[in-house]
Amino acid sequence: MKKITINPVTRLEGHAKIEIFLNDAGEVANTYFQIPELRGFEQFCVGRRAEEMPVITNRICGVCPEAHHMAATKALDALFAVEPPPTAKKIRELLYMAFFVTDHTTHFYALGGPDFIIGPEAPAKERNILGVINKVGLDIGKQVIACRARNHHVIQMLGGRGIHPSAGLPGGWSKAINPEERLEIETIARQNIEFALFSLQIFADIVLKNPAYLELVTSDTFCHQTYSMGTVDPKGQVNFYDGMIRVVAPDGLEWLRYHPSQYAQHLAEHVEPWTYLKFPYLKQIGWHGFVDGPQSGVYTATPLSRLNVSNGMPTPKAQEHFDQLFSTFGCQPLGNGRYQPIHHRLATHWARLIELLYASERMLELATDPEILSPDVRAKVKTENICGIGIGSVEAPRGTLTHHYETDQQGVLTRVNLIVGTTNNYAPICMSTKKAAERLIHKGQVVGQGILNQIEMAFRLYDPCFSCSTHSMPGHMPLIVTIRDPNGTVVDVLRRDG
Amino acid sequence: MALVNIHEHILDVAAAFDFFFCPCLLDTKYQEVEEMADETIAITFFNGAIRSSENEEMAHLLRRKSQLLIAFGSCAHAGCIPGLSHFSTRSDHFQTIYLDNPSLDNPTAITPQTEVQVPEGILTLPYFMDKVKTLGQVVEVDYTIPGCPPEAHQIWNVMDHLIEGRPLPPKGSVLGAGRSSVCNECNRVIKDKKIKRLYRNYELVPDATSCLLEQGLLCMGSATRDGCGGLCPMVNMPCTGCYGTPEGVLDQGAKMASALGSMLDIGETRELTEESITHRMDEILNTMPDLAGTFYKYSLAGSILGGRKAQT
Repeated sequence: MKKITINPVTRLEGHAKIEIFLNDAGEVANTYFQIPELRGFEQFCVGRRAEEMPVITNRICGVCPEAHHMAATKALDALFAVEPPPTAKKIRELLYMAFFVTDHTTHFYALGGPDFIIGPEAPAKERNILGVINKVGLDIGKQVIACRARNHHVIQMLGGRGIHPSAGLPGGWSKAINPEERLEIETIARQNIEFALFSLQIFADIVLKNPAYLELVTSDTFCHQTYSMGTVDPKGQVNFYDGMIRVVAPDGLEWLRYHPSQYAQHLAEHVEPWTYLKFPYLKQIGWHGFVDGPQSGVYTATPLSRLNVSNGMPTPKAQEHFDQLFSTFGCQPLGNGRYQPIHHRLATHWARLIELLYASERMLELATDPEILSPDVRAKVKTENICGIGIGSVEAPRGTLTHHYETDQQGVLTRVNLIVGTTNNYAPICMSTKKAAERLIHKGQVVGQGILNQIEMAFRLYDPCFSCSTHSMPGHMPLIVTIRDPNGTVVDVLRRDG
Repeated sequence: MALVNIHEHILDVAAAFDFFFCPCLLDTKYQEVEEMADETIAITFFNGAIRSSENEEMAHLLRRKSQLLIAFGSCAHAGCIPGLSHFSTRSDHFQTIYLDNPSLDNPTAITPQTEVQVPEGILTLPYFMDKVKTLGQVVEVDYTIPGCPPEAHQIWNVMDHLIEGRPLPPKGSVLGAGRSSVCNECNRVIKDKKIKRLYRNYELVPDATSCLLEQGLLCMGSATRDGCGGLCPMVNMPCTGCYGTPEGVLDQGAKMASALGSMLDIGETRELTEESITHRMDEILNTMPDLAGTFYKYSLAGSILGGRKAQT
């Protein structure tokens, strides 16, 4: 049996490897997407003081530390049974929106977008942010950099540090906002809205008006019928900071709606011996392997799934684009503003830009909320409440993020469980990768460089976070495919150089 | 990520270096790196601690191929947060993560294996090592840029220095940071006050201008190298020590223990036996669980303490 090894992310930290096995006919027998890294937060956090978790779990990732900081802080609210003042919640959400703006911007321009902006057929060495700058112009490239810079400035202003914030406390936030800061953030939020609209325009001009790209987006290669997950507010609309978890079936029927604290009743994690990462799935349906359909417990938690489960966007401009997205894919309205889900996974890129616009609009709402200037940002924790269980969740850019803590009488952690954004999508990522390989490898023949790009696109659309380092410059995934005969001898090497 | 956050300066770096030093680009050319002559790479910025057998192989490879190897960030420098693993054993990790966990479904007690026979062939995984190692414990390191993460302005200071081709300090030096402690750049006022008790961060709303440690919050600033700009105390939160030891200090936890010891107000001691002095100190310290995890939050793997002893 032939074995193809794709070692895409041979990075120093955070890593993924794809193994493709061919059968005797030269067709794909199976594909394995392995995560060869483990750090063990769930173990080494035990014994720590619970209130340290926002700062400790920040360090899970250099890309989405703000998401961990926020989930941890919310888990502490629940653990210590303390309700933060309204202003504290708003400051948290404000920081969180600035974070979403920088994160989604990074993905569209540096990671996922280059495939479209430069083109899937373009030479690999141009498909990175520097190539994007060449294509769209240095001024636009500078705007992208400026967008990230100004929002990191907001994160630092509100959270202490631009990458690993430190201001999260059980029951609140360590710093209030003054009027000068508020004004600056308002200005930045307005710039973000313009930037998001401009990014959606680039997507419309370059992708939607190009029949070849549109065909790719709507092709079966990138289509999977799974359950969708996302957090919704009381109106059933998208919210990143807080709400109920809603899961809809592939046909759009609401399957579950639960409070994040009930996650363990609804989710379970499957273990495979060939990877360090676990596979969450819907518990009532069960684990039936890496398969689609309503009978499989596999679900996705992505920008696209969040839009799939929601009754719409709570802000006006994002709502317009939400309607446009679903009508472009011919989805029927299901009532209350919701549509039949989209299963064409490349639409995730479009959904991400709609979320970028929502985050920008929401940032402006919060920055202009009169209550945001209140100095009342901390509620008192009662020391008799520090022993117990606390579960907190937010929507991380890459999916629903859940932190679960248990403490002893001293408020020291005795148990920690984390279900991280990308982890939700691990099974779908395996499935998408396998499907792309199946479509592109026949009779033992790999279709040149095409397979590298398309397999890469199949998992990149999830913005997988175990590839943190590839989010940084210059932003394209390295891919090396080694084809071996049944004896393990290398017969060919396909390489996409940087 | 920290590197990208030098924002517009990234264009200057791109112009000067063509990113050949960037770890992610080095990765793209992993095969080429193996094939190239030794010391072909001028500078490697190595981020991440040594957690798996594969990390260790990569460290050796990049050391061989690089003229300068720089430990970039707290993980490579001192083991950082993953180094907290040293308080438990390797099997504790597997037990908690794969065998005993609130959302787990693992009736047949499967754990990841370094070599697995699947129906189609054999799959391999790197070995999860018993301990986290710092880069310097595995290979010779020329320079260190501390911080979790290193602050953008400091990264740019180093990059600018390299782009300009200015002379470098002696090997083994710390780059992109100061030589003193965070107190040096914190604008809170120190009044040499003693402390009667310690407060957990949710127990006290500190005043905005005086030293956090003197108010009883466990601020690591005096045992931590300066360079970040004293950011956390600016938002009323104690320094947690991510920039590692100040110049000339061997062990961050020992430094903090000694700083704290000299500040505790245990009252009049003249009539007391040594035992009751210890008892009074314990009374104050016992209100703060996990001092070891606090003092060594970012430096356990690289510390003299090293972690839990006698792992069986």
